[in-house]
Amino acid sequence: MNTMHPQEMEAVAERHKDLLSQPNRKRLRPLLMVAGLVLYLVSCWWIFSIGDVMRNANWSIAGSYLADWVSYEVRPELEISPDGAMKIDYGRFSPLGANPKPEWVELEYKSVERTEDTLKNAEAGQPRTKSSISFMAAPATTLKIASPAGQPAPSSEAKTEEVISRAVISIDADTRLEVAAKEVRVTHDGQNFVVTVDGQAVTAPIGALPNWASQKRPGEKIVLTFGIKGWAEINGDEVSIRKRFFGWANFVFDTNSPFFGKSVTEVLSTIASGDRIDPSRSNLAFAWNNILYNAEWQHLDVWAKLLQTIVMAFVGTLFASLLAFPLCFMAARNITRNRLLNQVTKRFFDFLRSVDMLIWALFFTRAFGPGPIAGISAIFFTDTGTFGKLYSEALENIDEKQREGVKSVGASPLAVQRFGVLPQVLPVFASQSLYFWESNTRSATIIGAVGAGGIGLKLWEAMRTNSDWENVAYMVVLILFVVFIFDSISNALRSRLIGSPNV
Amino acid sequence: MASTIGNVTLGESGRLVERHWQELSARRKMYTALGLGLLAVALSASLWFANETNAGKFFDRLPYFFDFIEDLVPRDGMEVVRALFDLPSPYENGSFKYNYPEGRLYLTNSFYIPEYFHKMLETINIAVLSTLIGLGFGFVLSFVAAKNTMSNPWIRGPVRRLMEVLRAFPEVVIAGFFLAVLSLGAVPAIIAVSVHTVGALGKMFFEVVENADMKPQEGLRAAGANWVERIWFGFVPQVMPNFMSYFLLRLEINVRASTIIGAVGGGGIGELLRLSIGQGHEAKTLAIVFLLFMTIFGVDQFSAWLRRRLVGEQAFNAVS
Repeated sequence: MNTMHPQEMEAVAERHKDLLSQPNRKRLRPLLMVAGLVLYLVSCWWIFSIGDVMRNANWSIAGSYLADWVSYEVRPELEISPDGAMKIDYGRFSPLGANPKPEWVELEYKSVERTEDTLKNAEAGQPRTKSSISFMAAPATTLKIASPAGQPAPSSEAKTEEVISRAVISIDADTRLEVAAKEVRVTHDGQNFVVTVDGQAVTAPIGALPNWASQKRPGEKIVLTFGIKGWAEINGDEVSIRKRFFGWANFVFDTNSPFFGKSVTEVLSTIASGDRIDPSRSNLAFAWNNILYNAEWQHLDVWAKLLQTIVMAFVGTLFASLLAFPLCFMAARNITRNRLLNQVTKRFFDFLRSVDMLIWALFFTRAFGPGPIAGISAIFFTDTGTFGKLYSEALENIDEKQREGVKSVGASPLAVQRFGVLPQVLPVFASQSLYFWESNTRSATIIGAVGAGGIGLKLWEAMRTNSDWENVAYMVVLILFVVFIFDSISNALRSRLIGSPNV
Repeated sequence: MASTIGNVTLGESGRLVERHWQELSARRKMYTALGLGLLAVALSASLWFANETNAGKFFDRLPYFFDFIEDLVPRDGMEVVRALFDLPSPYENGSFKYNYPEGRLYLTNSFYIPEYFHKMLETINIAVLSTLIGLGFGFVLSFVAAKNTMSNPWIRGPVRRLMEVLRAFPEVVIAGFFLAVLSLGAVPAIIAVSVHTVGALGKMFFEVVENADMKPQEGLRAAGANWVERIWFGFVPQVMPNFMSYFLLRLEINVRASTIIGAVGGGGIGELLRLSIGQGHEAKTLAIVFLLFMTIFGVDQFSAWLRRRLVGEQAFNAVS
């Protein structure tokens, strides 16, 4: 091996300066590109006003939406009357069912004699801002309003009522709210905090507020935040508590099901040997039906929509491959020796591809109504173009020798294609189709959201309400699961077809 | 059993081979028939299911489909051109069906840019910006995920899983979530498309890195270069053309993706098209479809030309 002496090298470098030093233009190019990039990014920041958008974003909502993915809240509300008597209400759609008695809420009851008069004061004193909370109280209020105002109550009819005198709600090991005798005693983080409530819309805190409590103006509601465990709101006449639990509430049985709230063994023994709950069918069928028609999670509907998405991808891809298969022979310039036909077919493929899947989806949704047919057609049209292009490129790259060999023994044109061309390209065709089958499962989710049916539409509806994020999470998990399964099936088949996992 | 082929009588071993071959070919035929039969059953079941669960049955809706196509046919040759440039229409009847004054961007008192053009620009901008974001993150992640640059499997594995999840996570959910947090606009679309792009480009990039030549970085290691220097001087110059090629390929895909995300509330031309089809503005629909078609076609051609210049013909072996 020849090595040069450093002095020789320098001498050579001296003689060919122009070759070794880059021209200015070339040296400046990376710098210019970086500068252009920065300029573009800055201008995008300005065009999309990203700063403003981020500032105005509601990040606290984002946190609670994200928490909703994997957890749920139970919302007991304590109503406090001016005489100190309390009522508890869990809301109509509580995940705890119709008559919940959770162990983290300790209630003490007592019987009190309440006259119509005190009741009336209690009702009239409360400006009811949350009418939806207690449906039982609403008719009573309207009755009171209907009675002529200004007159004294006709007869103070005394009634004995069972009311709550003391309630202790434990949110956490070191967080609890104790409500008794018009006083809310909050313990959190080793600090005590006492608020007096008088059954009217005024709240008077005793002492300074700890840093986990906030009040906008004196006399208004006090909001207590306990981190991810929940929060509470103290009004003069009401204490609202939000306690957050990890997990998906009532995932198997909803609150209307007779199996609700039972342990696994109880459910299993009822199914195996219990008396028939519904005389017309077995307990197993009844339980299964309860699961499928779970009102909150809608398992059957979600599964059917997911199946629609899978079907859309499967049928769309299959039909596209079937149509693209004969067309690609026309488009390949080494198979069909007709430049015009080649060009026409190729431009047709380009057209199908460039009119985006979205446009086809919108068109067919308009034409066929929302549902999988629109999705199938959209995938079919787009992918006929894509497959046609890919297939014809594969055809143009084949080894001509095999074809010539088959031709030379006098085979008919069809036999030439069958034995000279097809064995070379079929694995490639199948591999491309499998790859797109998998990726179309993902695209089918997205075009579903514009109306082409499937789980995309259901996802979109669940997200629009902003209160069903746990359902969104459920569907996302299902989609990810399906995509991963299809990915591995398609990868396994492709590596068997062409010998390596890469296309 | 056939013991002769043509005129040749087969010997003992010849018969064995012949029998074996026939068995194999019969089994192969059976598997093919079984596979095709299964496919046919799956296909017809799928078709039945799709038809059953669709809002309208296929054959009932077919006439509506042709009606819809008929409605789309412009009434005179100039209608689409007028709609495209938002010129005054002779069919004007006071509705927004023929003239579209609300989205115009007035540059001077009488000269304006029709709504679609700047919406189209917005869509392209979303695509470019999110592909750039994907390029940035994918670039960094790829070197952490590739086997030959990151030998620690406890770092490599999680990064690869992360990219897989980013890639498979439905874009529409990300868009929906950020639409709820950030309110309507282009930013949720940018975030949604970027997240997917990071996953997709990251995967393509680390495969490129794994196929790179190791010799430059061995030389650098021998000279005592640290990890960043080895990556920057040993790998980046090799992989950059391929990275750029994948970047351009992703840009094509993202132009489509940002149109779709636009249609579900992310702004841009997608939303306009969805509204236009929904409201039955035929000329406007055709104009937008034409514009979109030309744009996607143009971007595809431009990127194909640039990729060919960067890496030559091999750039066309990869799909999606």
